Amino acid sequence: MKRRYPTQDHPLLRLLLTVIAVSVIGLFLLLPLATVFSQALSKGVVAALEALKEPDARSAIWLTLLVAAIAVPLNAVFGVAASWAIAKFDFRGKQFLTTLIDLPFSISPVVSGLIYVLIFGLQGWFGESLRDANIKIIFALPGIVLATVFVTFPFVARELIPLMVDQGRDEEEAATSLGASGWQTFLRVTLPNIKWGLLYGVLLCNARAMGEFGAVSVVSGHIRGLTNTMPLHVEVLYNDYQYVGAFAIASVLALLAIVTLVLKSLLEWHFADEIAATHRH
Amino acid sequence: MEKDLTEFVMSLVVDSVAKNFERFPALNGVSLTVPQGAFLALVGPSGSGKTTLLRILGGLEFPDSGTVRFADINWLEVPARQRRAGFVFQQYALFKHMTVEKNIAFGLTVRPRHERPAKKEIHRRVEELLALVQLEGLGKRYPNQLSGGQRQRVALARALAIEPRMLLLDEPFGALDAKVRKELRVWLRALHEKMGITTVFVTHDQEEAFALADLVAIMNKGRIEQYGTPADVRRSPKTPFVAEFLETGPQRNGLLPPHAVGSHPA
Repeated sequence: MKRRYPTQDHPLLRLLLTVIAVSVIGLFLLLPLATVFSQALSKGVVAALEALKEPDARSAIWLTLLVAAIAVPLNAVFGVAASWAIAKFDFRGKQFLTTLIDLPFSISPVVSGLIYVLIFGLQGWFGESLRDANIKIIFALPGIVLATVFVTFPFVARELIPLMVDQGRDEEEAATSLGASGWQTFLRVTLPNIKWGLLYGVLLCNARAMGEFGAVSVVSGHIRGLTNTMPLHVEVLYNDYQYVGAFAIASVLALLAIVTLVLKSLLEWHFADEIAATHRH
Repeated sequence: MEKDLTEFVMSLVVDSVAKNFERFPALNGVSLTVPQGAFLALVGPSGSGKTTLLRILGGLEFPDSGTVRFADINWLEVPARQRRAGFVFQQYALFKHMTVEKNIAFGLTVRPRHERPAKKEIHRRVEELLALVQLEGLGKRYPNQLSGGQRQRVALARALAIEPRMLLLDEPFGALDAKVRKELRVWLRALHEKMGITTVFVTHDQEEAFALADLVAIMNKGRIEQYGTPADVRRSPKTPFVAEFLETGPQRNGLLPPHAVGSHPA
């Protein structure tokens, strides 16, 4: 009689679990994705491409890329700085800072957007002085960038803090005792040790930055061709019954996400040895 | 008079050093003097403050009060990175993403440009150090491709590369098995004879301390209970703690049969 490996479950149970997993993934992940693409192409490839060439659509794509290009590097720097401080130093209020970093995750994005309206909007704290100085933040690019930075702030830091805490301070202390300056220690010891976590955090941050809807929706003002990002433009088109256009833009968003994931897998596959080597032994 | 001065020029003088951590005192006024080139072992149970003292010597921790002088300079005013105190950690602390060669060369490559040796010279020094720690041919490996004993020898070579003024070892053999420990112990002592660098070695294993060191400081609860040569300490333990520590030590290492321990001279 063939004996089961001690930790292996009953074949029926395994089959059941597999079926559940596959159908959940299929139903909730793959099917919607497929719908997006099929709706976009429902009137042919040409119609979908035409929808993307429309000036408002192009401006939305451009704005989204621009916002991500500003917000992601900022958050990468903030995230590294915050996790470096939390993981490598002891100071008062460290726990509080850690909680604060999680704040954007626990607040509704709409509220995050409203905060900026209350601060920088016309009726807000700085509203009048900003108007006098002729600086536009709300219903303009700076507001969209601010809201995006706020919402995507935790991604890099959350990825790096556990990693850096786990790695400890030994290597940094060793580098210091060998004569390295703080900057040299960071560049040559800390950064190489966290680069994969950092990359992962940056990719997640980027995906969210391009896809953010709620917070951006509040501060953007929905000016077509000017302050509409891709997710906002999808909504506008959808409400106008322009399904092909809406789903064409949605496809581009989905494609950007897929490219991000493929990129990450490729890097992981290519550098598998190095990733294994930088894990704690 | 002249002679006395030169004798003292390079020695390490620790005077009433105290350090409190948030919840407990780590060091309660510790004083000791170490002659140039000596091998000192700080030995005591965990929490006795020995590692804290070592980290103060290395500039990784600062005392609340007290002074440390080395080579007749105020050692506490010298930043860690300028002390050239070769530090060896219990968990090796090798740079995981660098090869053995790069690890060893690190201390030389981070020097400011005008002090940095040429690439060829660095390479020569690395080869020399690899030979010294008996790891010839393993320079291209990564730390996770080495055994624990090999890793610790890389850590030692890395510390020696900066031509340290003192060598600080924090339970360097703590993570190794008994056999490798003993081998490395003999090897380390021989290395010390050859290099003559003032060395401070932290361990909780009194057998290891007594086998290695010229001087032992037995620590307990942030104080030095007794300081002297291994022979003196063994011959006349000053406090009940020292006597007990000397007695229970070997038993813990399985060298004495259980019936040899039992009654405390205290």
